[in-house]
Amino acid sequence: MPGHKIRVLIAKPGLDGHDRGAKVVARALRDAGMEVIYSGLRQTPEKIAQAALQEDVDAVGLSILSGAHMHLFSRLLQLLKENQADDILVFGGGIIPDEDIPKLKAMGVDEIFQPGASTSEIIEFVRGKIAKGVRP
Amino acid sequence: MKTIEKEKASQHASERQEQFTTVSGEVIKHLYTPEDLSGLDYERDLGDPGEFPYTRGAHPTMYRGKLWTMRQFSGYGTPQETNRRFKFLLEQGQTGLSVAFDLPTLMGIDSDGPLAEGEVGKCGVAVDSLEDMEILFHGIPLDQVTTSMTINAPAAVLLAMYVVVAEKQGVDPAEISGTVQNDILKEFIAQKEWIYPPEPSMRLVVDSIQFCTEHLPRYNSISISGYHIREAGSTALQELAFTLRDGIEYVQWCRRAGMAVDDFAPRLSFFFNSHNDFFEEIAKFRAARRLWAYVMRDHFGAKRERSWMCRFHTQTAGCSLTAQQPVNNIVRSAIQALAAVLGGTNSLHTNSLDEALALPTEEAARIALRTQQILAYESGVPNTVDPLGGSYFVEALTNEMEEGARQYFHKIDAMGGMIGAIERGFPQREIQEASYQYQKAVEKRQKIIVGVNQFVVDNEPPIEVLQIGPEVQEHQVKRLKRLRSRRNNQALQKALSELEEAARSDKNLMPFLIEAVKEYATLGEMCDALKEVFGIYQEPAF
Repeated sequence: MPGHKIRVLIAKPGLDGHDRGAKVVARALRDAGMEVIYSGLRQTPEKIAQAALQEDVDAVGLSILSGAHMHLFSRLLQLLKENQADDILVFGGGIIPDEDIPKLKAMGVDEIFQPGASTSEIIEFVRGKIAKGVRP
Repeated sequence: MKTIEKEKASQHASERQEQFTTVSGEVIKHLYTPEDLSGLDYERDLGDPGEFPYTRGAHPTMYRGKLWTMRQFSGYGTPQETNRRFKFLLEQGQTGLSVAFDLPTLMGIDSDGPLAEGEVGKCGVAVDSLEDMEILFHGIPLDQVTTSMTINAPAAVLLAMYVVVAEKQGVDPAEISGTVQNDILKEFIAQKEWIYPPEPSMRLVVDSIQFCTEHLPRYNSISISGYHIREAGSTALQELAFTLRDGIEYVQWCRRAGMAVDDFAPRLSFFFNSHNDFFEEIAKFRAARRLWAYVMRDHFGAKRERSWMCRFHTQTAGCSLTAQQPVNNIVRSAIQALAAVLGGTNSLHTNSLDEALALPTEEAARIALRTQQILAYESGVPNTVDPLGGSYFVEALTNEMEEGARQYFHKIDAMGGMIGAIERGFPQREIQEASYQYQKAVEKRQKIIVGVNQFVVDNEPPIEVLQIGPEVQEHQVKRLKRLRSRRNNQALQKALSELEEAARSDKNLMPFLIEAVKEYATLGEMCDALKEVFGIYQEPAF
């Protein structure tokens, strides 16, 4: 898709205020040439899904360090599905234990980045998935 | 002569890197000599331990007199579960308690409130009312243990609950000791768990400091915190500068409210991070004591020695822990803890090896505590006071830290103080920029993180972690429902409307919170009553 700029929503769902990672990732994706929308803090899954649809993004990245990831991811995926938007790439990062990762992927999350993941890995992942046509 | 110069040049050429920098990016010279300390005046700049300006330590005997307090931050799930963990830690030889609350509690929201879904008991213990606080401290006499509570936006409410629990245990509040974090400025700057806008938030802080000054003489009314500033990505210098400048802001506000500096300043306490760069951290701690002593004595005219002392708690750096090869984190925490001890900390929390993944298991929490006990009882480090005092390197770094912090003070003063600086997004942007630069340095491997960008292993087996299930929320919601149905609703409503009315006046809010707590008002009900008057904070975009 030449000329198409990848659009990504980086979102902070729930009550967690730790936004260091979200902001670093948002800036790195922007520096890599993507259009990035940052949600700001304390968004509900409803608001995030709505923003994803309105902004017509290719991908949504959630940053969750509070332990509430199982609930928040599943709610967002459900909302995207209800709105026929489950072609949007969904990834995330934060304090997420290894054993939860397969469960999240089975739910429909495309990738989880744990602490220590580099921004270049995240950039490559988003580019790679979108080039492969996750989105039609 | 020429040969020596040549040798020096060739020595330089053979160094591994062109430049050596601290984890904060400060350039470090290859050698420090008496020249670096040429202007150093022992009495003015260092002083003996326990003497102004306390660079060498707040107390004359330091750890020979009393070891630092081993205070492990803990809390998860229901108040019952955390009460069990507290008792376990006390049995293991821990010497003080430190409560971690869950996110709904930190935000002043009840377990059945909006946005609490999925968050109850996850990153701390859920406390909704006095009843939960009573369970949390069941069988723990509050006149015999000191408790630190990490709570900020609703700090006054939790403090009121703690006072009432003490009364119910038959303990005179004047006898309780401990600390409430109560530092809203660093929430606006870094951790971002706020409720109300800055002005009414500061009023709550000032009211609680005033209340502590009058009624809880042994209780630290605030813990002015750099920890979260550092975790958000600041440098060591920014941590020092923003924290002490926050401290100055609180002193200014308390004085404006009519308090005399020597009445409340002795009970101001501080909280720092101890990160990986060993000497930089030690210098930061020493500079903090010196700088605060001079500010309090010379700028604010404080007369009491206790007002001059920067007493502080330290926690090892959570953000330095790696999810990869997590057992390595034991070593990181040990080095960071050693820096805190050599920097003269008054109390210490060591992080657990599994905290880049989840809350610590009992086993991980025990190893973290054992790390401190090994330092205290095996290493010999506590045997003398400030063993690094006089080191060319450490003293030079301490001077640089102080100088750098003063420069930040000038910038912030020019913005009308910390509130003005926060409104402009100044400290927030400084931190964001530092954290982004650090991340870039890590990705270019200019900074090495063992097990992450070098010495990596593939296919690591997962470690066992603590999981908090949804049953915690179900349990809390059920208990809240029962509580709401058996309270004296008339008395409760009266207490809540009196609280709201007081918020509209300039009365101290603490007595009104205590009355509402006694009627078993929930945290959410009390915080909502104040929201009616104060409104809520929206972070400006920057």
